[in-house]
Amino acid sequence: MNTIKELKKSFLIALWFMFLTFPIMVIKVNTVEQTIDWRWNRLAMVGIFSFFASWIWRYLLQRKEMGQKRAEESETPTLTFQQRVLQNPKFTRPALVVICIFAAIFPFYFSMYQVNIMTTALIYVILGLGLNIVVGLAGLLDLGYVAFYAVGAYSYALLNVHFGMGFWACLPIGAGLAMLFGIVLGFPVLRLRGDYLAIVTLGFGEIIRLILENWNEFSFGPSGIANIPRPGFFGIKMSIHQSLIYIYFIMVAMVIFTIFVVRRLQDSRIGRAWIALREDEVACQATGIDKTKTKLSAFALGATWAGMGGVVFAAKTTFINPASFTIWESIMILCIVVLGGMGSIVGVIFGAGILILLPEYLRAFSEYRMLMFAAALVLMMVFRPHGIISAVRRTYQFEGSPEKKASS
Amino acid sequence: MESVLDIKQLTMDFGGLRALDHIDLDVKAGEIAALIGPNGAGKTTFFNCVTGIYKPTEGDMFICPPGKKRERINGLKPNQVTEKGMARTFQNIRLFQNMTVLENVMMGRHCRMRAGIPGAILRNRATREEEQRVVEESYAILKKIGLAEFVNEFAKNLPYGAQRRLEIARAMATEPFLLLLDEPAAGMNNQETKELDELILRIRSEEKISILLIEHDMKLVMSLSDRIFVMDYGRKIAQGTPEEIKNNPAVIKAYLGEDIDA
Repeated sequence: MNTIKELKKSFLIALWFMFLTFPIMVIKVNTVEQTIDWRWNRLAMVGIFSFFASWIWRYLLQRKEMGQKRAEESETPTLTFQQRVLQNPKFTRPALVVICIFAAIFPFYFSMYQVNIMTTALIYVILGLGLNIVVGLAGLLDLGYVAFYAVGAYSYALLNVHFGMGFWACLPIGAGLAMLFGIVLGFPVLRLRGDYLAIVTLGFGEIIRLILENWNEFSFGPSGIANIPRPGFFGIKMSIHQSLIYIYFIMVAMVIFTIFVVRRLQDSRIGRAWIALREDEVACQATGIDKTKTKLSAFALGATWAGMGGVVFAAKTTFINPASFTIWESIMILCIVVLGGMGSIVGVIFGAGILILLPEYLRAFSEYRMLMFAAALVLMMVFRPHGIISAVRRTYQFEGSPEKKASS
Repeated sequence: MESVLDIKQLTMDFGGLRALDHIDLDVKAGEIAALIGPNGAGKTTFFNCVTGIYKPTEGDMFICPPGKKRERINGLKPNQVTEKGMARTFQNIRLFQNMTVLENVMMGRHCRMRAGIPGAILRNRATREEEQRVVEESYAILKKIGLAEFVNEFAKNLPYGAQRRLEIARAMATEPFLLLLDEPAAGMNNQETKELDELILRIRSEEKISILLIEHDMKLVMSLSDRIFVMDYGRKIAQGTPEEIKNNPAVIKAYLGEDIDA
């Protein structure tokens, strides 16, 4: 790095920032006493801060570019630190054990509040993993994902109100109904891609929400549905605390189930077809893949998980109304997938943890939440465009192939 | 000899523009046929019609896979055409960039596999065996094409010539009886073109696959093809053996323009 030149650049940037912020940061007009307060120390702070910020920014950018160049020049694919750690069984096995034990004892050592927000985070994990099928694997930008979540939640609530059906009966029904809606949405958007698809799905999400809000006879309108029973356990009566722990464990089981299914899917014939569809639609068809079937199955499966998440959500909060299913939720789930790493299971779990848990623990900064989200996303796009943890494709070993690689 | 592909009076209009004008073309079993013509003559449009990407305005397209009945393929979707046994490559490389080389070839096998969503989740015996078989077959194809050293590499990281060959490998994985190659030698250097020449001959002799290719490299076309079809402005202006085409005045005119001195 050419230090003097870089120093000069940072210095100039600092000067520029000082000039730009001068009117708002330095001059303070007191209109009552008709005096002007000059706050020069603030100017110095802006200068020093922008100097170091620009310095670090450019240092990181340079490091990233150097890393890319190195990766391009070397023959063997270089794994990043994070990939090496995640693929090393010496690290992953103990880590898995620790996570399992922690998940198992968590509700007995932490307060009800903690258990509650952890359950919420787990719901978002399965929502994220579901949307990951649609967005991350099949590459179909879906901005109306929350509609399927609403379908799941409302199918439990309404079936319970009208027919007195319990949680366990409604879980598969909610999932099935959401899947049906996934296919219903899938048909009209079969020919769309990218921006157009995003707009249509956005509209679909809003339609579902508006129907729920305005069709009073069907959905009880904006006042929502209250007193939805929590899941039962062979008819045993549970206190609120006990049933919260119970829901927590249901969610843990569902997350494990989801990870299991998604992992198997993404390395299967169907999963590869989804990724091929994301990569190149024309080539995908010319290679003999049925586009219709592939797209619909991605929509249907993604929606199924949203439906299941919705049923658990309704059971957990015991009250739902359309305000829980706004476009903001869709954006949130999409952020989880994008920030965590499209197509990567660990990444999505990380993303859900960061975007759901951090705001809960950092309530003191809640006014800045939006600002931080935005900053985080911008920084991500600059430094890690593939997400915190990027997806890894499965590799295969054949006789003779490793030696060949080494000699080349 | 039996024709594996038989195109009759194929016409394609884009609005008022006639891109293909009553084209007749056939490929015989075991033959390497070439489709040539100046830029914009409609060669790629022809491929897109035959493979179902475009719906032709008029005309009939028949295929007759070796040992099977003759069949009309008008109106089939691209994936159905591929399933029937016609595979193609693209002029501008269209690989699945962020998948490994092996997975790219495995994608070609997709239409010959049966596993569905339940199979993928339960991973029952049939699915596992099918998966294993496909991995091995795909690797065998890579070996044949000479890409075995890149198995686990991302497709986007391959050198240009290797990407072209990977497209052929992917097409071959669909078990075609006819391979449609759209400018396979575009952008290749002399050495790579020579290797491609050998590869195409080998595909024909070893795999018994007929080939129809679009190509601008005249040396390659003349040395490879049994028969050549020449197109200009959407019309077929000549057809015949390389010798006949070389001396055909219409072809020379299309390529070099009218001779002023004559």
